[in-house]
Amino acid sequence: MPSTPSPFRPVLLVFAGLMAALMLSAAASYGLSGTSGTVVSLFFATVKLALIFAFFMKLREQAGLVRLFAMAGFFWLAIAGVLIAADYATRG
Amino acid sequence: MKAEGTRVESPYVDAAQRALAQQLGMWAFIATEVLLFGGLFIAYAVYRVHYPDAFADGSRRLDFWIGTINTAVLLASSLAMAIADIAVRRDRRRLLSGCLAMTWLLGALFLVLKGYEYHQKFVEHLIPGPHFAPAGGPAAPEQLFFVLYFAMTGLHAVHMVIGLGVIAWLFVLSRRGRLGPASPGRVELAGLYWHFVDCVWVFLYPLLYLIR
Repeated sequence: MPSTPSPFRPVLLVFAGLMAALMLSAAASYGLSGTSGTVVSLFFATVKLALIFAFFMKLREQAGLVRLFAMAGFFWLAIAGVLIAADYATRG
Repeated sequence: MKAEGTRVESPYVDAAQRALAQQLGMWAFIATEVLLFGGLFIAYAVYRVHYPDAFADGSRRLDFWIGTINTAVLLASSLAMAIADIAVRRDRRRLLSGCLAMTWLLGALFLVLKGYEYHQKFVEHLIPGPHFAPAGGPAAPEQLFFVLYFAMTGLHAVHMVIGLGVIAWLFVLSRRGRLGPASPGRVELAGLYWHFVDCVWVFLYPLLYLIR
């Protein structure tokens, strides 16, 4: 056992997590359909996104300002999504 | 980003400030990319809510295994890019070149599989337009699914091609010994772009291939 951990260990562990999420997502698609299938597959996609953003894109070690920039696009996209959904939901 | 205090050329005070500016610039660009792809994702959501059965039928005509393998290929390419980022900071030059080459090869493999899939769709008359004629009878809303399938995966593929060009350039620089711990920014920023393109696919995969 080396005294210092390998610098590659975290990204290798993250990769293992990503592959596990992919396999679970693919396997779940055989058993789940409709809304539940979509919710589960999007849950695993979100887990993968969070792992990639936090570790591969190193957001967890970035300054708060960089994290704010990283979230900005999703915030604007959420505004577009909410307004478009409100439009369709309130049409006669 | 750790403050390094190294003096750099104007307009930056030091390397830490330059690194912060690079990060903010790249993330601002990625925010515009989120909105670019986001428009297509919203269009997808609107049409899928209106035509759920047609989207499920369209999804079943896609090759589940190619989609799944391609997802694994892209995730592996992201791993290689992440290791390249560590390698450049530790001055592991052979590892850096190897990982950049691996990232490029896996990205190219993704595009080859995607091209094969496009060919399959052409043979099966699933290209939207006057010749759209899926087996089992044409369904107009199903054409919408394939319009979005080609628009979303096509835009993603264009981003992949750009990324492959950037990684090839970095590979050449690494072979010439011009990438090292003194200036890791290029590998880091290219990595951010590559990982983001990976993230787009992470959502395209369930939304296109896993509808049941």
